[in-house]
Amino acid sequence: MYTAPFDYRRAHDTQEVVTWLQEDPDNTKIIAGGHSLLPLMKLRLASVARLVDISQVAELQGIREDMGGLRIGAFTRHAQLAKDPAVREAAPLLASAAAVIGDMQVRNRGTIGGSLCHADPAADLPAALLALNAELVIAGPGTERRESLDAFFLAPFITTLAADEVLTAIVVPRMVPGAKSTYLKRPHPASGYPVIGVAAWVSVSGGRVEDCRIALTGIGPVPFRAARSEQVLTGRAFSREAIAEAAREAAGSGTLEDDEDGYKSQLCQVYVSRALGDIAQGAG
Amino acid sequence: MADVIGSALKRHEDIRLIRGKGQYTDDMKIPGMVYASMVRSPYAHARIVAVDTAEARRVPGVQAVFTGRDLKDEVGMVPTAWIPPDSDMKMTPHPALAYDFVRYAGDAVAVVIADTPYIAQDAADLVRVEYDAMPAVTNPRDAAKEGAPLVHEDIAGNVAFHWKAGVSVDEVFNKAEVVVRHEFRQQRLVPSAMEPRAAVAQWNAATDELTVWVTTQNPHIHRLLMSGMLGIPEHKLRVVAIDVGGAFGSKIACYPDEVVVSWAARKLNRPVKWTETRSENFTVTTHGRDHVEEVEVAGTKDGHIQAIRVKAYANLGAYLSTAAPGVPTILFGLIVNGAYAIPHASAEVFGMLTHTTPVDAYRGAGRPEATFLVERMVDLYSEAVGMDPLAVRKINLIPADAFPYTNPFTLQYDSGNYQGALAKALEMVDYQQFRKEQDNLRKQGKYVGIGFSTYVEMCGLGPSEVAGAVGFQGGLWESATVRVHPTGKVTVFTGASPHGQGEETTFAQIVAQELGLPPEDIEVVHGDTAKIAMGWGTYGSRTTVVGGAAIHMADQKVIEKARKIAAHKLEVGEDDVAFEQGLFSVKGLPARTVTFQEAALDAYLAWSLPKGMEPALEGTAFYNPENFTYPFGTHIAMVSVDPETGDIELMRYVAVDDVGIVINPMLVEGQIHGGLVQGIGQALYEGAEYDDQGQLLTGSFLDYAMPKARFFPKFETAHTVTPSPHNPLGVKGVGETGAIASTPAIVNAVMDALAPFGIHDLPMPLTPRKVWQAIAAKGGTH
Repeated sequence: MYTAPFDYRRAHDTQEVVTWLQEDPDNTKIIAGGHSLLPLMKLRLASVARLVDISQVAELQGIREDMGGLRIGAFTRHAQLAKDPAVREAAPLLASAAAVIGDMQVRNRGTIGGSLCHADPAADLPAALLALNAELVIAGPGTERRESLDAFFLAPFITTLAADEVLTAIVVPRMVPGAKSTYLKRPHPASGYPVIGVAAWVSVSGGRVEDCRIALTGIGPVPFRAARSEQVLTGRAFSREAIAEAAREAAGSGTLEDDEDGYKSQLCQVYVSRALGDIAQGAG
Repeated sequence: MADVIGSALKRHEDIRLIRGKGQYTDDMKIPGMVYASMVRSPYAHARIVAVDTAEARRVPGVQAVFTGRDLKDEVGMVPTAWIPPDSDMKMTPHPALAYDFVRYAGDAVAVVIADTPYIAQDAADLVRVEYDAMPAVTNPRDAAKEGAPLVHEDIAGNVAFHWKAGVSVDEVFNKAEVVVRHEFRQQRLVPSAMEPRAAVAQWNAATDELTVWVTTQNPHIHRLLMSGMLGIPEHKLRVVAIDVGGAFGSKIACYPDEVVVSWAARKLNRPVKWTETRSENFTVTTHGRDHVEEVEVAGTKDGHIQAIRVKAYANLGAYLSTAAPGVPTILFGLIVNGAYAIPHASAEVFGMLTHTTPVDAYRGAGRPEATFLVERMVDLYSEAVGMDPLAVRKINLIPADAFPYTNPFTLQYDSGNYQGALAKALEMVDYQQFRKEQDNLRKQGKYVGIGFSTYVEMCGLGPSEVAGAVGFQGGLWESATVRVHPTGKVTVFTGASPHGQGEETTFAQIVAQELGLPPEDIEVVHGDTAKIAMGWGTYGSRTTVVGGAAIHMADQKVIEKARKIAAHKLEVGEDDVAFEQGLFSVKGLPARTVTFQEAALDAYLAWSLPKGMEPALEGTAFYNPENFTYPFGTHIAMVSVDPETGDIELMRYVAVDDVGIVINPMLVEGQIHGGLVQGIGQALYEGAEYDDQGQLLTGSFLDYAMPKARFFPKFETAHTVTPSPHNPLGVKGVGETGAIASTPAIVNAVMDALAPFGIHDLPMPLTPRKVWQAIAAKGGTH
């Protein structure tokens, strides 16, 4: 199918993006990789009067070191995240999640900012970024604000981003030295989206879990941290029993969808257990 | 020169296809061409109250908007071409554009024709249709219930036909030691060819001729049916389908869209193109399968199956598609005994109408459904009598010395050695070892299973006399012309219409072998009614079996004439001339030779031909097979099931197929792999679902799980070779075996794995969630 007619503008700096958004915030959409937006427009589920292309905005690109972490431009493509040496060194969890998004064509087009702002509850990156305690840099009319990713997702496809704001960068703190991580994904056989994706890292010191983070995507209306599982693990020996107990707490940490038969709860338990098991075995 | 038949030549057609040089329908560009977009009903069942096209007509670039009422008196109903005998079949009037009622979501009510496809689609959104929505029914069993909404007002109970075959087996069942009953649901599948449908029509006002380029498996059948609908005589109607990007049965049918475009091209005197979107492909291109089947098997306590009785409700959708009535009857009901010497059998089929997309042939077409139920029932019966399913198969398989074997429905299986194929498969799989490991693994809480499918199918459609007797409104023979040019190069014209199978290569191999020519000297032409006098197309694994045999016969005519020319040149009697590897020679005097090319040149120069011989060298033949062909084999699937998630892993898949003589082993391998993926896709992944209002819930590849290559292990394939005795090439057909055999092998394997939980059957597709739920319902890990 073809999209309905729309205007197309290519922006050259963030301010231009914001200005154009301000002109008609309800009918203007930013296009980055286009892999989520264009199918919606072709199916005529989204009607957009004007597209603002941000692919030429230099400020939105590139990955650089920033106060002990990484500052990742919102227009960074998944394929770049997966292979970037700085990402692999400072936040390998993010690189491994990016490496299993969609297929090669999707990874070569899709962007980190697009994935977050689209807020598809079955996107891969939100789990990794929640586990990494990422922070968002958001530009609006004459302002810039920072927001923790924890608070960003409100509902499926709905975030705190205002219609005249643009996500410019994602700040990812460096992972704790020695921490082991993994992103374990169960792809849907049709779409390839995660039925559940578990992003987790664990740092062990003296046989005990010093710190850890676990986040889930695909399984509920919004991605969420398995805070109860984290609490169970922290301070405990990183044992099979601790993992089993933590896994049992995963489902109760957030809201699941379509769980009438308990299958989704079961997947939470199994996948958190397997992800932690992989980490314990050093496979992460 | 080595034998060309039997060698794995690379596909001639791929040279153009993989370089993007194919000639698909949508590649057609004609000056002045305009584009059509269909306005389709969002409701599965509704009365059309009014259609307002004014706003759409005002859009700049729109050339015309037509509604059902505009076509009503000028275009005939879309017909069905199969009327099963003694079934009291009711025709389902199917206007090319609906004007009174819409009967499935996707039924077209208007067409917008514009200068660009974009304008056409935008304007189509502006056509205002007022509907009076009505209740819908989507399940074939529900459609039969008292008070179900009627799809066609005058077809009572939504029963389009009621067909029976075989004789009463009640007495056998009454006396049987063991009776096993089960109900299966053959879920609905979406064929999903890589190329969606398309049509381009061009009217020539000077000659009153219409040319239609269309995605079809059978251009001549299209020409015949469209001629009737459009009132354009066959000699003024040309149908062309050069490259077609897959079909799997979904491009047999003549569709409303193609007729609308053709009618509009004449009306507007402009070339008109319509190209289906993928969304339309899901909702309006025919679907496959969709049966509810009640099956009973009677047998002895010691493993001898005595009778099978089948009652099926086949969902045919809202209208009877071109071949639809034949699929769940003749191609299904007559072979429900499978590869087994079951002496008594009966089949009864209700052809049900529902408010869903029409259902027609899909790879295997009836035979997968039959094979599934008998192969599953053999396992359920084995369980009931406490025997190993392999042992029960060995007892009941038709013995090798029983061929030709007449089944309870009087089909004559041409040749077979089912034990031979089974033995070969068991050389590849150590069955006893697997059972031992299975026991050990179960003790560790791991569940693996093995499943068999010892199948037979009927294909190579088929004897025209039988086609007539079973109500197919056409012949099933095939035509071939082998035209030798003066230089000895050859053009082959075939009435079959390959669309991805590779017969441009296979057919060239047959001619190369028989005329002793290099394959590159042979071009195969198909898919154009202006070039090929007549043909019946490609479906039912008939192309090499029937079309190839016609080419073989045409080759013989060419050789016969060329031999006379060579004898004349060599000044010897015809009987003294041998022909081998492209060379005519005098028997006993091998130095005296005439090449095939020399004979061809002589034929065209005609300077010195035998007295009374006409010039030129070409052979035309029409091959009408005397029987169907019956490929068979043994497939073995090995799976493991994860009780924590319900995940099924296909560990190994072994396929031993006997498709008779193999002409190109690489193409045969490709056909088997493709069929396996589709058959396993049905078992594990695919399934079209409707909601109660008749909305297709699985209308895109986001929801409809097409299998991906990464889902599968490396298939282990092998062959036995039992030539078809009545086919001149000894071939049996391979297009559908994989799809027919594999589905029950997988389900049997999964049920074998789940046996410790007391789970005997689950509806397809066997999604992890269903498997997990079933395990959970039995109390989880046992």
